[in-house]
Amino acid sequence: MAQKRREMLIDPLVDNNPITLQVLGLCSALAVTSSLQVAFVMTVAVTLVTGFSSMFISMIRNQIPGSIRIIVQMVIIASLVILVDQMLKAYAFEISKTLSVFVGLIITNCIVMGRAEAFAMKNPPIDSFIDGIGNGLGYGLILMLVGFVRELFGSGSLFGVTILETVNNGGWYVPNGLLLLPPSAFFIIGLIIWAFRAWKPEQVEEREYKIQVVEAH
Amino acid sequence: MPEENQNQTPAKGPIGRFLALPPDSVPKTVFVAVTLCLVASMIVSAAAVALRPLQEVNALKDKQINILQVAGIYDPSEDVVEAFAAFEPQVLELATGTFTDKFDAATFDDRAAASDPELSVALTDDPAGIARQGKYATVYLLRDDAGDIDKVILPIHGYGLWSTLYGFIALEENGNDIFGLQFYEHGETPGLGAEVDNPRWKALWSGKRLADENGDLQISVSKAAPAAGADYHIDALSGATLTTVGVHNLVNFWMGEAGYKPFLDNLKAGNL
Repeated sequence: MAQKRREMLIDPLVDNNPITLQVLGLCSALAVTSSLQVAFVMTVAVTLVTGFSSMFISMIRNQIPGSIRIIVQMVIIASLVILVDQMLKAYAFEISKTLSVFVGLIITNCIVMGRAEAFAMKNPPIDSFIDGIGNGLGYGLILMLVGFVRELFGSGSLFGVTILETVNNGGWYVPNGLLLLPPSAFFIIGLIIWAFRAWKPEQVEEREYKIQVVEAH
Repeated sequence: MPEENQNQTPAKGPIGRFLALPPDSVPKTVFVAVTLCLVASMIVSAAAVALRPLQEVNALKDKQINILQVAGIYDPSEDVVEAFAAFEPQVLELATGTFTDKFDAATFDDRAAASDPELSVALTDDPAGIARQGKYATVYLLRDDAGDIDKVILPIHGYGLWSTLYGFIALEENGNDIFGLQFYEHGETPGLGAEVDNPRWKALWSGKRLADENGDLQISVSKAAPAAGADYHIDALSGATLTTVGVHNLVNFWMGEAGYKPFLDNLKAGNL
């Protein structure tokens, strides 16, 4: 049992990563990765929300009517997200200012909903909680990787600490402006997916089509 | 799953009977929906009410830190509330440029007033992109030891590229020399428009002038220096043309006739 739970926690990091394998939660991965600090807070917030929403949904899974189950999941997720938002505003005001609307958008993060629907509806609370935490961490891992590249080469700093002195501040480094814009995260995530699948070829999806060779007459 | 429920011992009481109903029956669906909504709304409102005082303290402190920063007297080691006591808040009636005691300056909410039809006007000529302008604004005065006005801190806001920028401009006692400018809330592109927060760029504002000897507003945020000369020019943010234009427009709007001009004239004439 303990072994299984460990796997449930470790598995989503690489082997079943929500972003690179399931390709979920991309929108927020684009929006919050221009600086590492924001990406980190977002990781913590999403991990907590996924873990606890999965746990609560799993606790009442036998009582949830099938016809309104998505709405029930949404109500639980939304309430948790509002709680996180209120907490941030009260105890980490500076960070909540930089995250602004993105905290609220955790509600629409497909990973939270995906784990609720795919796992928590069929499994006991503790397993669901671990699964949620694992998936949140898997999401966070990619977020931090993307954030690392974007902040280092986009603004020349890491966690706000200057590494490459930019020209604007009298240094030598000309930052790559593209990396500050959301589309750049697409390229980086694409490269990460490529790297993951080169490392673990079993993640490569089967082709949906096959090129047929037609003999010339 | 229904079969699990059938294995349980017969339920007792009204709630027990409801829990034993198959999840997909109509009464059960209504019961689950209503209960969940009640529980969720109670938790959310409890959190909102319990945390409100802390949040308000944070928001106020943030604003005060910004006012202290724009006036150049912010010291992180000092207590914000104490340092802020140096300022004298006043509610200003924009049209006449005089202070009013109709409102309590400590609690007057500029932003709420700007959307209140009683306290604001819809703008037809609206270069700052703010749609409605409040008739009153809270300004902060910093007096020197002799009790004379040393600096005035005026709230300004306007639309950039993605968002409304809210900030303060600090002017010297002559109402024409800029001491500093700072935005405390905006949603411009990080690294491009958000460079309005860059200390090096903000430092450019210090010592610039608003209007020339004839009283014409000359201040300009642009790529090339205007004809009036470098005293009236702040270099544009590279890569952020629209944010720059937005800042230029909002500063010109607020320093102009529709903004603080009447007040600045009074300040210059010493009529306060």
